[in-house]
Amino acid sequence: MSGTVATPVRPSLAHRLAERGIDRTLWLVVPGAVFIVAFFVYPFLYGLSLSLTPSGGDTCGAYSGVLASYHCFFADPFQDGWGTIGKTLRLALPAALFNVVASIPIAYQLRGKFRGKRFLQTMLVVPISLGTVLVAAGLLNFAGRSGWINRFLLLIHVIHKPLALVNNYWGVLFSLIITGFPFAFLLVSSYLSGIDPSLEQAAALMGAGWWQRFSRVLLPLLAPGLATTFMLTFVLAFSVFPSATLVGNPAGSTRVIALVAYQAYAEKFDYSLASAIAIVMGLVELLVVGLVAVWRSTLYRGSTGGKG
Amino acid sequence: MVAFNTLTLDHVGRSFGGQAALVDLTMDIHGGEFIALLGPSGCGKTTALNCLAGLLPLTTGDIRIDDQRVDTLPPEKRDFGMVFQNYALFPHMSVAKNVSFGLQMRHVGKDAMRTRVAEALAMVKLTDYAARLPGQLSGGQQQRVAIARAIVTEPRLVLMDEPLSNLDAKLRLDMRGEIRRLHQSLGLTTVYVTHDQEEALSMADRLVVLRLGHVQQIGKPTELHSNPVNYYVADFMGYRNLLDMRSTRADGRAITVAGVGIELGGVASHHTIAADEDVVAAIRPEDIRVGTGPNAFTATVEVAEYRGSGYAIDAVTSTGQTIHLLSGESHPVGAALTLTVRPERVLVYPKDPDVPVGGAAGAAPEVAP
Amino acid sequence: MSVIQQQASARRAIVGTPAQWLTWGGVALFLIFLAGVVVAPLANSFGNHWFNAWWPSGFTTKWYTGAWKDFQLRQVITVTLQVAFAVIVLSVVLGVPASYVLARKKFPGKQVLFGLFLLPVLMPPVTYGIPLATALYRVHLGGTLAGVIAANLVPAVPFVVMTMTPFIEQINPSIESAARMSGAGTGSVFTRILAPLLVPGILASCVLVLVRTVGMFELTFLVSGPTSNTLVVKLFYAMTAAGIRPQQEVDAMAVMYMLSMLVILVIALRFVNPTQLVARVRDDATD
Repeated sequence: MSGTVATPVRPSLAHRLAERGIDRTLWLVVPGAVFIVAFFVYPFLYGLSLSLTPSGGDTCGAYSGVLASYHCFFADPFQDGWGTIGKTLRLALPAALFNVVASIPIAYQLRGKFRGKRFLQTMLVVPISLGTVLVAAGLLNFAGRSGWINRFLLLIHVIHKPLALVNNYWGVLFSLIITGFPFAFLLVSSYLSGIDPSLEQAAALMGAGWWQRFSRVLLPLLAPGLATTFMLTFVLAFSVFPSATLVGNPAGSTRVIALVAYQAYAEKFDYSLASAIAIVMGLVELLVVGLVAVWRSTLYRGSTGGKG
Repeated sequence: MVAFNTLTLDHVGRSFGGQAALVDLTMDIHGGEFIALLGPSGCGKTTALNCLAGLLPLTTGDIRIDDQRVDTLPPEKRDFGMVFQNYALFPHMSVAKNVSFGLQMRHVGKDAMRTRVAEALAMVKLTDYAARLPGQLSGGQQQRVAIARAIVTEPRLVLMDEPLSNLDAKLRLDMRGEIRRLHQSLGLTTVYVTHDQEEALSMADRLVVLRLGHVQQIGKPTELHSNPVNYYVADFMGYRNLLDMRSTRADGRAITVAGVGIELGGVASHHTIAADEDVVAAIRPEDIRVGTGPNAFTATVEVAEYRGSGYAIDAVTSTGQTIHLLSGESHPVGAALTLTVRPERVLVYPKDPDVPVGGAAGAAPEVAP
Repeated sequence: MSVIQQQASARRAIVGTPAQWLTWGGVALFLIFLAGVVVAPLANSFGNHWFNAWWPSGFTTKWYTGAWKDFQLRQVITVTLQVAFAVIVLSVVLGVPASYVLARKKFPGKQVLFGLFLLPVLMPPVTYGIPLATALYRVHLGGTLAGVIAANLVPAVPFVVMTMTPFIEQINPSIESAARMSGAGTGSVFTRILAPLLVPGILASCVLVLVRTVGMFELTFLVSGPTSNTLVVKLFYAMTAAGIRPQQEVDAMAVMYMLSMLVILVIALRFVNPTQLVARVRDDATD
């Protein structure tokens, strides 16, 4: 094309850059980008290099080599890397799965307009904004041995001695559900509202029952949104450690990886080990999120007929 | 009244990342003229308008008004007005504020501003809506606000980017007349972009037809309508029958073509065409008549639609080629019709639309210099 | 509304299917749990004495005055407000211009830049918090107010970018062109046209950043020192150091934190809808 246009003068460099979108407006993005590089990318790389320069401290003194901190995390019986990862996944996967699966029927029933919808949504945001620390404080009171739950169950003779609902695995799981479920619900509702209701009406007119409408029309269109919701709730559940400390059993069944990383950082002052654990944590999480993302990429992700 | 004598576009071109969107647009626009840029989406007409407005810097060429460069000025310094396709009204300002914005930018005094806004709103018949927000108006009303905003500053040039494309058919007709009336009564110079040939033909003093960034033809509506330069322009001008045929005999301008089961005598008014070349014959439906005469051929009625003033008929030739024609009376489906068309209304073009005017169809296609 | 929808809502009004009972039962159970989690510490914080009973015996406000003094809450709340204010202002200053470019322009490397802004929102704070805290301590920002602000900005700036980019995208770019064609220079386009149009979006992202910053535990926890703890971190410390202060005082602090979050939430919901509080997804189409 260029050879045939009879223009002896080549446009200026500034003009040719501008044609490709490079002009003075780009300066506006520089402060934000510099900040992210300085306070996110750089620390991340710094942590990576730190994790590869073992501190040789007491905790991991027995291990040597560049990967000593990683080796220490996985091999040291006190760090118990694999066990820790397993415990974290045993909490995060069921919590994320429950939150997503439970959200589907409830969001489906509550789609459309009804009185009190806004109120319900507001109620659901409350635990998210309260955060895990406060939910833990409430759970200790409410679900403790002499809390209202146990008193009620004793009163109606369902149980004969108080259930241990906090300071163990279940306490953390409850806390993850109380903070995670509303999150999943609001996301799923929002994806659901993006699906044109006339698709379902069309299916109904073609003779599909409610289960067929749900499983053949709605679910395939909703699936990518569910995958995204699962990823986000999983990330929330995977990294949580205040509730693992407060309503869990931090020395045993809820010794999650974030907690171990924090202990290496703040109690053992082994920054190399702490960075190594943080990076392992990021990798494990990326692995799970990546698997879900791969599954999602096999799904239909085009228009869902809704507004937007 | 008119703010300048001549606005010159001299080899104006624009490319995006090496992709040419507009190539060598060269023309003079006279003060008071109404110019329509016509073409389908992606033909470069909006690029041309934005270059003229200053919203896009030029890659090549320059723009002058009475020999003063304007392409080096930023858009706000050119003193042009513009009406956007999607209206682009300021959503947070009332109708009056929208219209007065340009006057404020020019530091017009308060009293003068009030009179001029009132005048502009009266002109577009929106006086009662001055205090409304754009969101409270209908599409047609919003469009009129956009027009008032563009003309209130009495700009040297008014640019309109498909201003009627978002309106319904009836409103479109009304607004056409309105815009033309404003253009004449205010002595404005207007450049109007559209993909609707009817709109362009009915409003403009001159038309510019664009294709893939290249100018195809510039001329008065009647010139383009009766004598399009290639079959691409012909298609745009309502030559609905574009028949792929082959030239069998060439006698100067008079060409005989055959194909699709028929043989026709026609004229090649813009190109040199020899015998035995691939050609396109362009015929308007209204030039084909039922009955005997020159270029008689037969076709079978397939569809007949009532159009109020007559019937639009689709008939097929022996090879299955559909011929569009108009007829005063109805013909039953399946009827064999004898059709006729005057040779001077059968326009013959080279198969390749890039063959330059005057060139031979056999030559390698090249872009006009 | 279509016929089918009307029929569906008519059916729902008369009887409920088992599935609907189950759904509403689940919602009710969740709300009961939620109420319990909120009311239990509230009751305890006002209770004189509460042991092995349904309700405390006698009420008092002494735990609040105690908590105020023992936990130096005046200083903690001042720090929390300073951090929140600084993070809001700085994240808007850094984030809004960047989102303008991302929304309006195409340029090489845009996808990379977008990914860069997306990562801190997707990554759990602990994974980058530990290296970040280590780095901040190295440059002597660890434990300081500035360090806490910087750490909280890491997710806040991308969050503003993620909220503002779609907001700016939905402002028709030809509005800016129209202003220029009317004779407005860059300054006027910004002050007269863009700024007024951006205000609602900026307010929304401000309240969202406020909610997130006041509630942000992990990053503040990793970076803060004795003089730069925010309310939620102080609360965590008080809870882990059980037995040092009376549990009721801890609950009193929890209630104060809860109240401040609820106030913020009420303010927030005036500007944004609940879904926006949790994630940047399409607006609820039914509203």
